[in-house]
Amino acid sequence: MTSASPAPTRSAEARALDALATLCQRLLAAEDELDALDRAIGDGDHGHNLSRAARRLDEVRDTLANLALPDLLRRAGSEIVMSVGGASGPLYGTLLMETGKALPVAPSLAEWATAFAAGVAGLAKRGRAAEGDKTMLDVLAPASRALAVHAGGGRAAALAAMQAAGRQGLEDARPLRARRGRAAYVGERAAGADDPGAASALLCLSTITELLGGES
Amino acid sequence: MSKFLNDPEDAVAEALRGFARCHADLVQLSEQPRFVARRNRVPGKVAIVSGGGSGHDPLHAGFVGRGMLDAAVPGEVFSSPSVEQILAAAQSVADDAGLLCLIKNYSGDIMNFELAMELFDLPHAEVVIEDDIGAAGGGETVGRRGVAGTVVVEKIAGAAAERMAGLTECADLARSVAEATRTMGVALGGCRVPTADRPNLELAPGEMEIGIGIHGEPGRRRAPVAPADDIAEELVYALLSDLAPPPGEPLLLFVNGLGGTPPMELQILYRAAVRMIEGRGLAVARSLVAPLVTSLEMPGASITLTRMNDRFLQLWDDPVVTPGLRWGA
Repeated sequence: MTSASPAPTRSAEARALDALATLCQRLLAAEDELDALDRAIGDGDHGHNLSRAARRLDEVRDTLANLALPDLLRRAGSEIVMSVGGASGPLYGTLLMETGKALPVAPSLAEWATAFAAGVAGLAKRGRAAEGDKTMLDVLAPASRALAVHAGGGRAAALAAMQAAGRQGLEDARPLRARRGRAAYVGERAAGADDPGAASALLCLSTITELLGGES
Repeated sequence: MSKFLNDPEDAVAEALRGFARCHADLVQLSEQPRFVARRNRVPGKVAIVSGGGSGHDPLHAGFVGRGMLDAAVPGEVFSSPSVEQILAAAQSVADDAGLLCLIKNYSGDIMNFELAMELFDLPHAEVVIEDDIGAAGGGETVGRRGVAGTVVVEKIAGAAAERMAGLTECADLARSVAEATRTMGVALGGCRVPTADRPNLELAPGEMEIGIGIHGEPGRRRAPVAPADDIAEELVYALLSDLAPPPGEPLLLFVNGLGGTPPMELQILYRAAVRMIEGRGLAVARSLVAPLVTSLEMPGASITLTRMNDRFLQLWDDPVVTPGLRWGA
């Protein structure tokens, strides 16, 4: 005799919170690598700034744990905007805040894609940047389009497509000169190097794909 | 290069505690959120706030006081302050007379000030300072960097606010000073951020970077170190070509040290710059030679020129009482 009990399912909020925690660990672990990329064409503190964001999110984890998904993202973004500084604080914070604003409480994958696109648009506006300026937008914009295109085909395939498009975006931007951010001042010397913001954006997308791409 | 540090992560906080204690007659420090405010504020006066990454001392906290800034918002070393810091500083010093933000042109500074001002409900105006003509790229897309010319803008706008000029007048004045000001720098070596394990700029011994930024950002040209007169001449020539001052217009000449160059060498550069400017029939009406916008321990200097007029000159000469700049009181 077995009694059928429902398998414990984790809520979308719990999964998002776990993903955020792992993301923070990966960003902390990548601090030196991102600083080195930034030193080549910027001022060498991108990894350090993202570590500040990761530590702040860790500090407010209990607060975030009580929030519905849209509010969770908005609050995480607002914590980053308020506390981190640098250029990455306003940019990543705005991305999360605007994504959260556009997200319904129980989003489908297609609704995630729409909200992510809104977040990317908000980030572009805040940073006054366009694709091809050699910024994090070169990774995030094609990734968000790929997620929208593949949203109907199952989560694993959609996230994999998103991540692949982001990676392609990073590679496409590599030979470019920077038009925004501090790397814009180095002129020709930026060509051939990866933008640190684009590299950290790809790290985030890869982590999310790895964590959430296997779950149905 | 060795440094006087405890935990490198605490460098900014510990330095500010020392600074605030040392200048307790002029400033007070808020630690959380972090900002430095003028101690004896004047009610009904336009408040002037500036800020940016730390490591450029005495900019900006060293210019808080009578006749200059009401608050300064220091970020981590070479990194923009956060929105909550800027907002807290603004709320602490501004009243109905309004707030003028003087912002150096870096994307992080622009975005954090912009986000803070979206949350600030008193009258406010922002002026972006972009005086550095040294960089090889970026002019078309991000504008020029804000560097030593910021001191000139903060001094003149601060004097106007102290004379109780209104917000619009202070902002217009700051904008016109910024537009009349250009700077170009040169580095003989790099500097190391306390939390980093290597310098921001790798220069071989005997090399110089012409057009250096104040965070070690590359300039326009790398070359063997030349005689001081030749270096001064290259900087002044570039500045005069850009500013194109008409003969007879008074100029402010500011030779700034980047942190690792002794005053003696700054005077050698200054003497060469004056000679070159006067040799072209132009008048150096005011001079300043000091390390005021530094880049940690970087050996190097910058030269700033401002096209002055009677109003700028009067406000420049007004009393100023701050930790970093003090005269006429």
